[in-house]
Amino acid sequence: MTVTHDHTHAEHRQSFITRWIFSQDHKVIGIQYLMTSLLMAAIGGFLSMLIRMQLGFPTWNFYWAQWLFPGGFADFKMKPDFYPAVVTMHGTIMVFFVLTTALSGGFGNFLIPLTIGARDMAFPFLNMMSYWLYPPAIVILLISFLVTGGAAAAGWTAYPPLSALRNAVPGSLWGQTLWLVSLALLIVGFLFGSLNYITTVFNLRARGMTMSRLPLVTWAQFLTAILMLLSFPVLFAAVIMLLFDRHLGTSFFIPSGLVVGSQLVTHQGGNPILWQHLFWFLGHPEVYVLILPPMGIVSEILSNNSRKPIFGYTFMVGSLSAITFLSFLVWGHHMFTSGMHPLVGTAFMVTTLLIAVPSAIKVFNWLATLWRAQIRFTSAMLFAIGFVSLFVTGGLTGVFLASPAVDIYFQDTFFVVAHFHFVMASAALFGLFAGTYHWFPKMFGRMMNERLGKIHFWLTFVGIYATFYPMHFAGTAGMMRRIFSTTQYEFLRGLAGMNMFISVAAFGLGIAQLIFAYNFINSWIRGPKADRNPWKSNTLEWQTESPPPHGNWGAHEPTVHRWPYDYSVPGATDDFIPQTVPAVPAVSGAAVDESDGKPT
Amino acid sequence: MTPTTAPTLERKRPGPPGGPAGPGWDRGFGQPDRDRDGDAHRVPLARIAVWLVVATVTLLFAAFTSTYLARRMEPDWQTLQMPGILWLNTAVLAVSSFLLEWSRREGLKQQLPRLRAGLIIATVLGVVFLAGQILAWRQLAATGIFLASSPHSSFFYLLTGAHGVHILGGLIALFYAVGKTRTTGSVEAVFEPAATFWHFLGVLWLYLLVLLFWI
Repeated sequence: MTVTHDHTHAEHRQSFITRWIFSQDHKVIGIQYLMTSLLMAAIGGFLSMLIRMQLGFPTWNFYWAQWLFPGGFADFKMKPDFYPAVVTMHGTIMVFFVLTTALSGGFGNFLIPLTIGARDMAFPFLNMMSYWLYPPAIVILLISFLVTGGAAAAGWTAYPPLSALRNAVPGSLWGQTLWLVSLALLIVGFLFGSLNYITTVFNLRARGMTMSRLPLVTWAQFLTAILMLLSFPVLFAAVIMLLFDRHLGTSFFIPSGLVVGSQLVTHQGGNPILWQHLFWFLGHPEVYVLILPPMGIVSEILSNNSRKPIFGYTFMVGSLSAITFLSFLVWGHHMFTSGMHPLVGTAFMVTTLLIAVPSAIKVFNWLATLWRAQIRFTSAMLFAIGFVSLFVTGGLTGVFLASPAVDIYFQDTFFVVAHFHFVMASAALFGLFAGTYHWFPKMFGRMMNERLGKIHFWLTFVGIYATFYPMHFAGTAGMMRRIFSTTQYEFLRGLAGMNMFISVAAFGLGIAQLIFAYNFINSWIRGPKADRNPWKSNTLEWQTESPPPHGNWGAHEPTVHRWPYDYSVPGATDDFIPQTVPAVPAVSGAAVDESDGKPT
Repeated sequence: MTPTTAPTLERKRPGPPGGPAGPGWDRGFGQPDRDRDGDAHRVPLARIAVWLVVATVTLLFAAFTSTYLARRMEPDWQTLQMPGILWLNTAVLAVSSFLLEWSRREGLKQQLPRLRAGLIIATVLGVVFLAGQILAWRQLAATGIFLASSPHSSFFYLLTGAHGVHILGGLIALFYAVGKTRTTGSVEAVFEPAATFWHFLGVLWLYLLVLLFWI
């Protein structure tokens, strides 16, 4: 193999602080992002348990909850003010502080340099800055539970005027300000990260790593970074203007003639719909920021565990790119009920339905990859297959909701909650689990417990369907998305039993995640040592040590000779041929010498 | 879709090192086949990064623009008189940009003292521009027009403020470049991205001026 790079960073000496806390190593930053996100997932998940507790058992007394949130409970029952704050924080934490940070920040950081054969990101210092904006954002967000009025309560979409007028609801007082500041910090961190990812993929690929040899997981991260780079500044602009409206007396989003607490609001002339446009111009690409990285992860795991090449690599790259592009043209489908001109609504319907095409291409690709394969059912593989199932279930309801006529009925009902919890939330979560089970050996050098992993999968898979599937029916029956209790209206009383069922399923789902937490921590401490390539994978990250050393590749960067999906190649001795293995010239069907081409 | 073929005959093309290739539709994208024996052959990372920054900032101001265009349709819209000092500021920023380009060309001719002189004057003019912007704010405030006075004044302060923050970032890059020209002879990697960003900010300023006062 061609020896390329001479100097190595492996001898670089580091103190504990520069190595594990203020580290500029992309692997450490990736793990920091992942671990912090998992902690936030515990918080966001706990908040969802509070939501289900209230909706399933609105008449029960919850003594422990009043002890935990003295401001949010009275007489051991949740205050109606507190419920929307919990919903808001659950949504905000899960979307921005768990899934975006874990999938893009965690896996993106860890995998991009390793899969392209680079020693690190293009801008390691910027990368460290990107992570270190995240903990302050968390602190600011969580502190809002403790300030006067409590946490923000205008929903994760923060629609004005609820979010713009400081006396609209208790959470609008200080909680909303902290929410906006926290998000602004996080956005800057995301922009640093995506700048880094794009530059790295453009410029630091190893010799021979053409774009058409890039693993799909890296393609997905690359396109996600482009999405983030172009959509988050728009939310940033909106956040700045909303902060101005709240604290500096401007009227960008606040209309004339509002009366709050029998006092006329002094702001006038603003337009709250503007916020919706700006928010969803980010908001829709954001859901693809959440789903593209899992698509890449799942493609990788499905191919690897089917021991077959991915069915249509070019079509996968093409459909990922098509989704990236189309996601900028569909934001209006979140606003069909905002008074939008029907013609505009129809245009947004068409672009939205178009997304079904690349989505279907991907699903058929995954199914064709599985077709007649000798499947290896690892925990990661189970979660990857589960991802396909959840994505299809949620995607189909997306086709309904894309039609304005249907959406106007379903707007802000539990049908929408069911839809996005399948297609975006739990599908992305399955991508996160699949990726964690798959790359854990590379991250920590130890294997996770497969038996616990499979138990975790089945409980989670059944739990997700039991929790979210009935929500379709609740929504069809008219249950509102952010309603505080099924006892509010006569017509919702009939749904009390269903909500109790959903809550019990959700509690089971929540408890099942403790298995994952135990497995993660236990395997980290005393899991069996992993060798370099436990899954017999082709991609570059598996050709170095587990965990990879600082600088990733020892003395020499790898040279890439083939695409990443040479599984079960006819005539080869092994059923996988790593990307570093050169082609054997002019000897048909010759055995491939595996030791050759390894980058040490 | 040929990649599934056995690793037999290596196709002879001036492409990446042998083996079954991917679809091959990306030849020439980036520089995957470049010589990696040293860093000299790489595109400077900062040159890629600066264009990505330009893209992000463009989207930021696109968001402000769409809000501006929608907001000015409301009945309470009144356009401010443009503060006269903005003409002067615009001229200063334009001269700064032209000087930067002149010094870049001198640099290409290895006229390093001229490059340095042009760079320093351009940077100083950048500081003057920022001071002029603050003066424009003070003049407006003296006539009783503040951030919350009218929708147009809100946008004026918001957009000039956001532009000013980016000018500050551009100045930091230029100061960094000035420092680099003192210590090293090679300035390309620092100078060019800083200049690109500075020119972008100049164009952005012209755009904002047109947006705020001429449409």
